[in-house]
Amino acid sequence: MAEATGLITVAPRSVPARFASRVWRMRRLPLIPMFILAVFVFTGITANWIAPHNPERGDIRARNLPPAWLEGGSTKYLLGTDHLGRDSLSRVIFGARISLIVVAVTLGVGGVFGVLLGLVAGYYGGWVDELVMRVVDIKLAIPTILVALVLVFALGQSFIIIIAILAIAIWPRFARNIRGEVLQLKTMDFVALAKVAGASTPRILFVHIFPGVVNTLIILATLEVGIVILLEATLSFLGAGVPPPTPAWGSMVADGRDRLAVAWWISTMPGLAIMFVVVAMNLFGDWLRDVLDPRLRQLE
Amino acid sequence: MQRYLLRRVVMAGFTLLVVSLLIFVMSRAAGDPRHIYLDDYSTQEDWDRLTVALGLDKPYYQQYGIFLKDALRGRFGESIAEGRPSMEIIIERLPATLQLGLASFIFSIVVGVPLGIFSAVRRGTMLDAVGKVVALIGQSAPVFWLGIMLMFLLAVKVQWLPPYGRQEAASIILPAVTLGWFYAAANLRLLRSSMLNVLDSEYVKLARAKGVAGPKVIWKHALRNALIPVLTFSGVTLGSLVTGSLVVETVFAWPGLGQLAIKSLVSNDYPLLQAVIIIFTLMYVTAALLVDVMYAYVDPRIRYA
Repeated sequence: MAEATGLITVAPRSVPARFASRVWRMRRLPLIPMFILAVFVFTGITANWIAPHNPERGDIRARNLPPAWLEGGSTKYLLGTDHLGRDSLSRVIFGARISLIVVAVTLGVGGVFGVLLGLVAGYYGGWVDELVMRVVDIKLAIPTILVALVLVFALGQSFIIIIAILAIAIWPRFARNIRGEVLQLKTMDFVALAKVAGASTPRILFVHIFPGVVNTLIILATLEVGIVILLEATLSFLGAGVPPPTPAWGSMVADGRDRLAVAWWISTMPGLAIMFVVVAMNLFGDWLRDVLDPRLRQLE
Repeated sequence: MQRYLLRRVVMAGFTLLVVSLLIFVMSRAAGDPRHIYLDDYSTQEDWDRLTVALGLDKPYYQQYGIFLKDALRGRFGESIAEGRPSMEIIIERLPATLQLGLASFIFSIVVGVPLGIFSAVRRGTMLDAVGKVVALIGQSAPVFWLGIMLMFLLAVKVQWLPPYGRQEAASIILPAVTLGWFYAAANLRLLRSSMLNVLDSEYVKLARAKGVAGPKVIWKHALRNALIPVLTFSGVTLGSLVTGSLVVETVFAWPGLGQLAIKSLVSNDYPLLQAVIIIFTLMYVTAALLVDVMYAYVDPRIRYA
């Protein structure tokens, strides 16, 4: 729809176009973080083609081998091997895949859930809003790791349970922030006009209001990635994460814990991988936030 | 003010109730506790006796009522592994956790606050860069890995500090630094950004224009206002030091509640696990409540929000 300004007619650009132009206008692209993230996503997707060895099967004769650049190391195992003779590099590569899957599914489930509740709570207000926000308060008042441990204890250790736990951990922040945005957006004229035009409530929510919260959503999602990775790693480290022998980064660090004196690399490599990805994600998220919406600088 | 406080207290109570319900439901969902106590050589009489003793013959809502009543009196049943009241074990281990929590809290303030102030005042200098590195490591390195690396470097390689346990006074340094680092980083970032905001404000400019000396502007006019977000955050800090202790105590074999929680989890000691979780939540909720009260006291705007 074109908008008359008196002299010329300006067609408002679509949301993706505006998003893209704003992103590209930023000259200071965080190149190093973006590179790290690209490597992370690439290795995660192509793990079974690029990993030199089977991550779950080791060679007993090649136990605790140091990384290639140290004395006694071999180029066959670039980052060394663990106590079962499994190749560290391959395990780190497959660990990237696990983290990638966990992040994608968790953000999908928790994000959708949080956004829906945030939209509904903000739009309807009243007791619906009160109920959702009190649940958010309670969730934020309960330490996540404890809830996670109790759930794993009661229901057993499985991939689905880990995802459920992480999704439960992240939805409140989505709900709370999206609700705040909706509270402002719903007082806008275009919402009133849509109502007058006879648009149904779902239509108003998803066609008229939702595009207005997309920026916030993107920023929230990037900031949550680091949190999810750290949380999953922590659970795996405590033995309550993705069940072994699947090479999750957290459980790999745990494997090497008692072998620091003989084979420090077992713990070090996966930990470095976690740190690089989380640092990169945080720097990228900070940058994205500044580009998309400087108002959100205080957003936790 | 009173209404605000009342609301917070009611919320805190309600949160605890929800946690107790969650724990009750989960402990029932985890399987029949009778199977833990009894073995293949038990008789039908043992089974029946235990059913009555554990109150399993009553309907669920009554069982929950009994559970809640006992919990309020601090009775969580006997630990299966140690055969004595769970509360007794918790009280023995509580000092170690509190000690570690306090030490890392102090570390986070002592490192985070000055670095935060100076990286804002001396923006773009070496000190600011150091602050950035400290903050990045603290916010991105997984706590358990940071602990292991510190242990490897300072206790295994150069052997300056004891690697684990709680035998010597120096034993607390590594776990406290590990646990406190994340919060030091958070304090640093928060304080830096709020200092920058405040230093840019009208009243600081006015103070400077009036000719107040530089250091006095920073310490008196700016810092006092910049500290408010740090104070709010320290509520979250105090509370999650509790959960952080789960990880750090496990890494450093620090004999506190966190290690106890993991132990009871691994050994299926559910009465003990229930008790630890309730105590943890209680500490967490109390800390949050205390800070909310303090916050309302420091910043009058909150009371009327």
